[in-house]
Amino acid sequence: MKTTLKQLAAGAVAALSIGLMAAPAQAADTIRIGSFLSVTGPASFLGDPELKTLELYIDKLNKDGGLLGKQVELVHYDDVGDAAKARTFANRLLRQDRVDIIVGGSTTGATMAAVPLIEQAGVPFISLAGAETITTPVKKWVFKTPQSDRQAARRILMDMKERGLTKIGLISGTGGFGASGRNVTKEIAGDMGVEIVADETYNPKDTDMTSQLTRIRGTEGVQAILNFDFGQGPAIVTRNYDQLGIKLPFYQSHGVASDSFLELAGDAANGLRLPASALLVADKLPESDPQYQVLNRYKNDYEGHYNESVSTFGAYAYDGLQLAIRAIKQAGSTDKAKVRDALESINGYVGVTGTYHLSADDHMGLDAESFRILEVKNGDWALTP
Amino acid sequence: MVTVKTHNKAPGLIGLLLVLAVAPLLAANAFHYDLMIKICLTAMVAVGLNLLVGYAGQVSLGHAAFYAGGAYASALLTQNYEFTPLPAMLTAAAGVGALAWLVGRPILHLKGHYLSMATLGLGVIAAIVINNEDQITGGPDGLAVAPLSLFGHELSVFGSYEWFGITITGTQLWYLLAAGGLFLAVWLALNLIDSPLGRALRALHGSEIAAQVAGVDTARYKLRVFVISAVYASVAGSLYAHYSGFITPDTASFGHSIELITIVVLGGMASTYGVILGAAILLLIPQLLTGFQELEMVLFGAILMAVMIFMPRGLVPTIARRFQKEAA
Amino acid sequence: MFSEFFQFSFSGITLGAIYALVALGFTLIYNASHVINFAQGEFLMIGGMGTVVLMDAGAPIYLAIPGAILMAGIAGVLLHKLAIAPAKNADVVTLIIITIGASIFLRGLAQIFWGKDYHALPAFSDTESISVGGAVLLTQSLWVLGIAAVLVTALGLFFTRTALGKALLATSMNKDAASMVGIKTGAILTLAFGIAALLGAVAGVIIAPITFTAYDIGIMLGLKGFIAAAIGGLGSSTGAILGGLLLGLAEAYTAGYISSDYKDAVPFVLILVILFFLPNGLLGSRAVERV
Repeated sequence: MKTTLKQLAAGAVAALSIGLMAAPAQAADTIRIGSFLSVTGPASFLGDPELKTLELYIDKLNKDGGLLGKQVELVHYDDVGDAAKARTFANRLLRQDRVDIIVGGSTTGATMAAVPLIEQAGVPFISLAGAETITTPVKKWVFKTPQSDRQAARRILMDMKERGLTKIGLISGTGGFGASGRNVTKEIAGDMGVEIVADETYNPKDTDMTSQLTRIRGTEGVQAILNFDFGQGPAIVTRNYDQLGIKLPFYQSHGVASDSFLELAGDAANGLRLPASALLVADKLPESDPQYQVLNRYKNDYEGHYNESVSTFGAYAYDGLQLAIRAIKQAGSTDKAKVRDALESINGYVGVTGTYHLSADDHMGLDAESFRILEVKNGDWALTP
Repeated sequence: MVTVKTHNKAPGLIGLLLVLAVAPLLAANAFHYDLMIKICLTAMVAVGLNLLVGYAGQVSLGHAAFYAGGAYASALLTQNYEFTPLPAMLTAAAGVGALAWLVGRPILHLKGHYLSMATLGLGVIAAIVINNEDQITGGPDGLAVAPLSLFGHELSVFGSYEWFGITITGTQLWYLLAAGGLFLAVWLALNLIDSPLGRALRALHGSEIAAQVAGVDTARYKLRVFVISAVYASVAGSLYAHYSGFITPDTASFGHSIELITIVVLGGMASTYGVILGAAILLLIPQLLTGFQELEMVLFGAILMAVMIFMPRGLVPTIARRFQKEAA
Repeated sequence: MFSEFFQFSFSGITLGAIYALVALGFTLIYNASHVINFAQGEFLMIGGMGTVVLMDAGAPIYLAIPGAILMAGIAGVLLHKLAIAPAKNADVVTLIIITIGASIFLRGLAQIFWGKDYHALPAFSDTESISVGGAVLLTQSLWVLGIAAVLVTALGLFFTRTALGKALLATSMNKDAASMVGIKTGAILTLAFGIAALLGAVAGVIIAPITFTAYDIGIMLGLKGFIAAAIGGLGSSTGAILGGLLLGLAEAYTAGYISSDYKDAVPFVLILVILFFLPNGLLGSRAVERV
């Protein structure tokens, strides 16, 4: 009897909880944009600015009268960088919150975990993650705003070739971003005429990479070093590189394209190069640059509101949101199939990350040339000619 | 001939059956089913882990490795070696069980915190291997898994099936499978607890030396329960892999192992039904706290501390004791 | 060739000193109360982040550091009084879950009030690094080693020369006997937690110039420190130091000479290997199991 009591108590608790999560009534006149982001956890470097950007601009949109005459509601969840949680929240967005479109998925793992559900539910999804596999092969409902890791690697190797650097040492983090970057770099290096003579890794949470750098430096014939990772790991690598007195040309990936990297790395960053959108040098661009307006507006809006520097990851969310808004406007409704078709027809949207040309075959819209090569000079970003 | 009194399992099992049967009526959409399926699968692991931690008193901080082992083995066998899911799951369970047997032998000689550390070490090593061998496992970006198919019939979350004239969705069918699996797991565990194995475990939990003096082969029984709990985790992991269609190395992480231990302790150690409640609570709290956004971590930590301080035996045993006192 | 060896060794010793300090905090609490404090890493975090926050608020560094260390000390005291003491004679596993809950709680607070960003702290000396035998040694590493040595000696003196320290030792050896002799064991335990927190915070401050600091820095460092303590043998302070240094050097040499891919596995492989041959860690007390 005691056990049955326990069981009934258990059942009651569980039932109550599920009941508590009853679907919130959807006001017929709001448009719901859903999002699952890695706001906390190992990928918060990505998710935190992404969420802030979405909140900022949806707020602005609503103040300016909304979309199609309706207010826009952002329904967002934090997946803590865990793909399984991302899947659960994607399910929640699709089945319980019944959102009209999803802009989210900070990491590749989170995105790929959610893709089957989203494809089956038939809801347009704009991912903010980097791996090529997200949009290649093209999936009917899945789009993304960041360039792929392959394009970033290609851009870096292009610059290296131009400077005559054909033997490089690679050092990358073992997390998703770093591992993916490392793999694509190794895949395309040969075709681009670059040889990877050293290949070291570290845990993204490590605090000292001098051993790995020492090994790279000691490798015969190495001409340059490429570090593929995001967050504070690259800052430590950069400082170690400086401390060890290594003079080889040093490249970072687009994962460090934010002022917080400069703050952490300090003077050690001077001289390094990386592929990035022009966001970080927005105020140094000539006014005639097609992106000048968009970049500076985003930079000023974000920095003015949050009192912290912009990051290119937040920009992915900005572009994702803008694409969503444009598509809904063009479709004239939130009908999911119409919005999807409208997304595919967007050609020439000048965004922060680049100028997008989407189509039925290309759900990403940018190419390797959308990356500019920046160099750090005197503790600040500078465009290379 | 001494007859040992066994507990009457029927009321508890009937209660469980009732709860599992009633739950779908409260589900308003596929997301609710998703949660319920997850709870059933996690509870399966917890029931097995409870045998090790609650009954035998051996703390394992690396159990997620067995779960991930089952998940990845199933995924890889069905994808690369053309196994069908059921044989793959059984092979995975056998493999994980064998692995548990191999590592269990030396490790279970360790005592107390050292045992925990060793299991922690093994768990993290497994997670690192899964993460680094990306050619095989897909690395940190994860691995897609084929949907479950039993005896030639595919059971996909996205499907819709006809049974005796009723249309039932793939998700609902999965719930039946998961709930059935949980029921079976509980029934098995209860029988184990009442068997010589169970009695030996309780003896050695009380005092290992006394049990040895009384003639119990403690090493053998500890190993046995370690392997059994590993197999529980492996089967649940295999099912989860087919259900979610996508797995990442996070399934083997230290954080996941801690979640599992927390479920066992929260629900009530040595309370099979308690850990089911523990699983439900640990999976539901984050969903309930999403409204609190930034406060979620703080609240979760506070709730965890409060529950463990005021109910150190776990929820169910403490509540049951209250009822007992009132009845007395 | 030798310069490479020196480089790896310096890296290993620096890492090792960091782990040793964390391990020392674990050992102190374990000795006093037999609790494994999973929140130990968070004390490091409070030390580092607290300093950053106080400096941002305008305090000069020589005030910010003591301020942050004090904050951690208070957190340690509160942890014992509000979370551990009320649990009284709970099971070991329950206590572990409580400290895990505490670490999540502290991290959550830090996240809300101090943000999620990483911050750098300036190094203590102006010359950042010196060259020894062709390899580069960070001056901050010397600070870490030096302060670690001072702390260990101070702890040793505290335990052997002061009445309070001896009371703590007595409590750890046999709580009931100690209270019978008139030692206020409750207060002593709270003191132990407070000191461990202070230790952790000092460690957090001195390593921040090398490792940066953020709200979640406690997770990994806490785990590695815990492993270092176990390697050295739970309950032995010298073991904690040895374990930490061993761990740091093993990581550095593995990354340098074998493969950086599996460097991550080193702490965990090391602990398995050591426990296999020495089931109580390097210097752990051969526990006499009372029947």
